[in-house]
Amino acid sequence: MSRFLPYPLLSLGLFATWLLLNAPVTPATAFLAALVGWLVPFVMPALRPETVRVRAPGVILRLAGHVLVDVVQSNIDVAKVILGLRRGTRRTGFVSIPLDLRSPYGLAVLSIILTATPGTLWIQYESNSGRLLLHVLDLTDGDGWVRRVKDRYERPLMEIFS
Amino acid sequence: MTGVDLPVWAAWLVVALALSGAGFSLVGAIGLIRLRTFYERVHAPTLGATLGMTLIVAASILYFSVAEGRPVLRDLLIGLFLTVTTPVTLILLGRAATYRDRAEGNADAPPDP
Amino acid sequence: MSAASILTWGLGLAQGMLVLAMVIAAWRVLRGPRAQDRVLGLDTVYLNGMLVIVVHGLRTGSGLSFEAALVICLLGFAATLALAKFLMQGEVIQ
Repeated sequence: MSRFLPYPLLSLGLFATWLLLNAPVTPATAFLAALVGWLVPFVMPALRPETVRVRAPGVILRLAGHVLVDVVQSNIDVAKVILGLRRGTRRTGFVSIPLDLRSPYGLAVLSIILTATPGTLWIQYESNSGRLLLHVLDLTDGDGWVRRVKDRYERPLMEIFS
Repeated sequence: MTGVDLPVWAAWLVVALALSGAGFSLVGAIGLIRLRTFYERVHAPTLGATLGMTLIVAASILYFSVAEGRPVLRDLLIGLFLTVTTPVTLILLGRAATYRDRAEGNADAPPDP
Repeated sequence: MSAASILTWGLGLAQGMLVLAMVIAAWRVLRGPRAQDRVLGLDTVYLNGMLVIVVHGLRTGSGLSFEAALVICLLGFAATLALAKFLMQGEVIQ
């Protein structure tokens, strides 16, 4: 952003982490946290990170809400599968999803979301064709998964990391 | 054995959170036995790494916050760290299994995306 | 029941469940059948061991176990990553 504070989000994260590790907050730890949060980001240009612009805070909140619900729901679903409480035959298999999302940060967040919901596993992403291979534990219909990933996660992520 | 005195309601809540978290973790581990192929089994430990971990971390935050009379949030760091690292390990493990299965030409190897 | 006995018994039960999860995961490490199954089992052992230590910190009411849990978390991540990388290439550092 500026020469004094090149990565404000990173500075804020470091500041908060330092305070969490050194609670309770005293003036001395707060000073050290501010120092760490200010100075450490100056090593970042050596890594040449791509600049990221995060937009649409409302969309972030809605996506976070969806993910929270899905994580709890899929935990319960997978627990049912493991304990044999799920009725009917279960099919398991791979789903190939064509992604339009190209931002590396967006893809990283998508991978965290898909892995954090038990029942889906990110196997391979082909960056040339933009196709993602997922393994799904309870694969009732493949097209449903494609729509679910694209509508529920990919579209908000494209809005956030546009 | 416990060093500090908690109100009874807080003790029940901490125990309930810890037990349900441990339950999800245990079910995840049982999945390692019950599911038949490797690609099915990879899903199982995620139970412990997401909801199981979250519930136990919540129990810890509640316990220390009530015991010390101020919000103690440092256990959030465990949750944050685990949330960021679990996808990396599982994706890399899935990739390794895919690579090995394809190299050996196994029948249940993942198809090309 | 007093709060102390609720905590001792309830958290002890939670620890027992987590240790059982560790034993099951260790069985998967020993049983295989393939190397990736063993690595997955080892990762689960690490995860549940970390949770046992967090719950132990609750039982003893000491804040010291937080650091231990964080270190196990880091070591488990590094170990699983190195093993998975080894399975993929046969070389850890190339």
